[in-house]
Amino acid sequence: MTETFQDWGMTYEWAWGLATLAGVLLIALPLMLAVAMIIYMDRKVWAAIALRRGPNVVGPFGLAQSFADGLKVFLQETIIPSAANKGLFLLAPILTFTVALAAWAVIPFNSGAVLADINVGLLYIFAISSLGVYGVVISGWASNSKYPFFSAMRAAAQMISYEVSIGFVIICVVLYAGTFNMNGIIVGQIGHGLGVFNGYAFNLLLFPMWVVFLISSLAETARAPFDLTEAESELVAGYQTEYSSMSFALFWLGEYANVLLMCALNAILFFGGWLPPINWEPLYAVPGFIWLFAKIFLFFFIFSWIKATVPRFRYDQLMRLGWKVFLPMSLLFVVLISGWLMLTRYDCGDAGRVYVSTVPVTEAGVLYRDGQSAANLWDGRCVDDLPAVEREFVS
Amino acid sequence: MLQTIAFYLFATLVVASAVMVIMSRNPVHSVLWLILSFFNAAGLMVLVGAEFIAMLLVIVYVGAVAVLFLFVVMMLDIDFASMRAGFVRNAPLGIAIALVLLAELVLGIGAYRAGALILGTPDGTAAPLLFESNIESIGALLYSRYLFLFESAGIILLVAMIGAIVLTHRERPAAHRRAHQDIGKQVRRNPKEATFNASPEIGKGIDL
Repeated sequence: MTETFQDWGMTYEWAWGLATLAGVLLIALPLMLAVAMIIYMDRKVWAAIALRRGPNVVGPFGLAQSFADGLKVFLQETIIPSAANKGLFLLAPILTFTVALAAWAVIPFNSGAVLADINVGLLYIFAISSLGVYGVVISGWASNSKYPFFSAMRAAAQMISYEVSIGFVIICVVLYAGTFNMNGIIVGQIGHGLGVFNGYAFNLLLFPMWVVFLISSLAETARAPFDLTEAESELVAGYQTEYSSMSFALFWLGEYANVLLMCALNAILFFGGWLPPINWEPLYAVPGFIWLFAKIFLFFFIFSWIKATVPRFRYDQLMRLGWKVFLPMSLLFVVLISGWLMLTRYDCGDAGRVYVSTVPVTEAGVLYRDGQSAANLWDGRCVDDLPAVEREFVS
Repeated sequence: MLQTIAFYLFATLVVASAVMVIMSRNPVHSVLWLILSFFNAAGLMVLVGAEFIAMLLVIVYVGAVAVLFLFVVMMLDIDFASMRAGFVRNAPLGIAIALVLLAELVLGIGAYRAGALILGTPDGTAAPLLFESNIESIGALLYSRYLFLFESAGIILLVAMIGAIVLTHRERPAAHRRAHQDIGKQVRRNPKEATFNASPEIGKGIDL
């Protein structure tokens, strides 16, 4: 987009600034709309599974229900409890909402359509989603009320526990893709399943990791059956108990934006993101963002389906699942996958290896390494694995 | 230009929030200022092109360590007045520690300026990167030249972890131990084995 603005006669700095701003708006505004519609869909799915009608009054088929709700909370009074820590009480929903939006910066919507195409894209998402817990913890503490505080403690423990297994699942995917860049991960999935399917989930070693990731993302976003932070039978409404009006709405929007983000991650990491599901030429004629949206939609349907059918976990069961089942399992799969890749992808055989005794170390090579011996840097490694600067000394 | 503005913004915020960590009266606020400080330090790392270190800083310190800090500090029952009382008494010790830290910093920077280091050069220019992205560069160094140090650091951490578990683990006396929950056993139960139909005569119970 920067080039377009430059063509209109702007300097590079202005064009870049404007393009970034336009990109942010282009992601954030449709995201807000998507969140409103996805809340409607969520309620319709639960209603259908419970044999009810769901929202059907405002607008055709009740489509405008979320907007009516939004208008309602916007017109309500923001109540701040007198004993609350006022600054932090107001900061918490803003933090939740901002963090939920910030993660979308690195999500690729098509081969070139990504706001920030950074090397560490996946790590960035992991880092940002680990900040999500602060909104909950701060709101729980600042409310100065029993139940929000219990909820905040639960949320902190739950999110940290499941981040561990999410981290290992991400490592498995990165091992296969060989990059942290989101587009790189997607491109790596072309024809991954027997040359027919696009997606890492069609790999026997990665499929169990996808199941772990799906369940962990439910726990990470505190969706049912892991919604213990707002278990109404025990904790009133959890950390949101003292909130009203827009401060409550920000929590709500942030929560659903996070759920959408987790659906998008499921689609990108395991089902090929903006690639069509089957590696067949005519399917590539459909724009990539449509495939991505279809996959996000499918995963969101699975999320609401689970919410409508699975009863809530007990807290000790939740902790057991995270630490005693998922952590050892994902750790085992990191070992299995890296072993498998070492055997199949990175093993170049004895002929492809470099041994220092056979390589004359030139003067330039010695200078480059500050006079250190090349031995422990090179010995026994494959030529292809060597960095380009080093490779020229070898050949 | 933009880089300079960003640097001064991040650097000012790091210093200011670090000052607020020790100045704020409420310990929970202190932890939150500390988190802001970590976050801006990560911003500085991004500015020098070490985006991997920046992300690790956010994931490890902000995402995990600081949450646990906050967790503990929030649960403390703190008397704010008594915490402020010892300021004058503790000031000499604090100043002494600050001086030691200053001396170490001066010594460290002096040593760095005096001789060649492997990762950087004395005139301030960074050593050439081995690979294009710094994740690959760090990986290439950690798993080749620094393999032994890296693995020993891992083993030391493992020992520390096991030590912490051993220190905090205590065997409950048998009398206080609750019935052990065996999830596998619970899952294996089925209605046929776990329930039975009984139709006792009126006025008579059944033996369980």
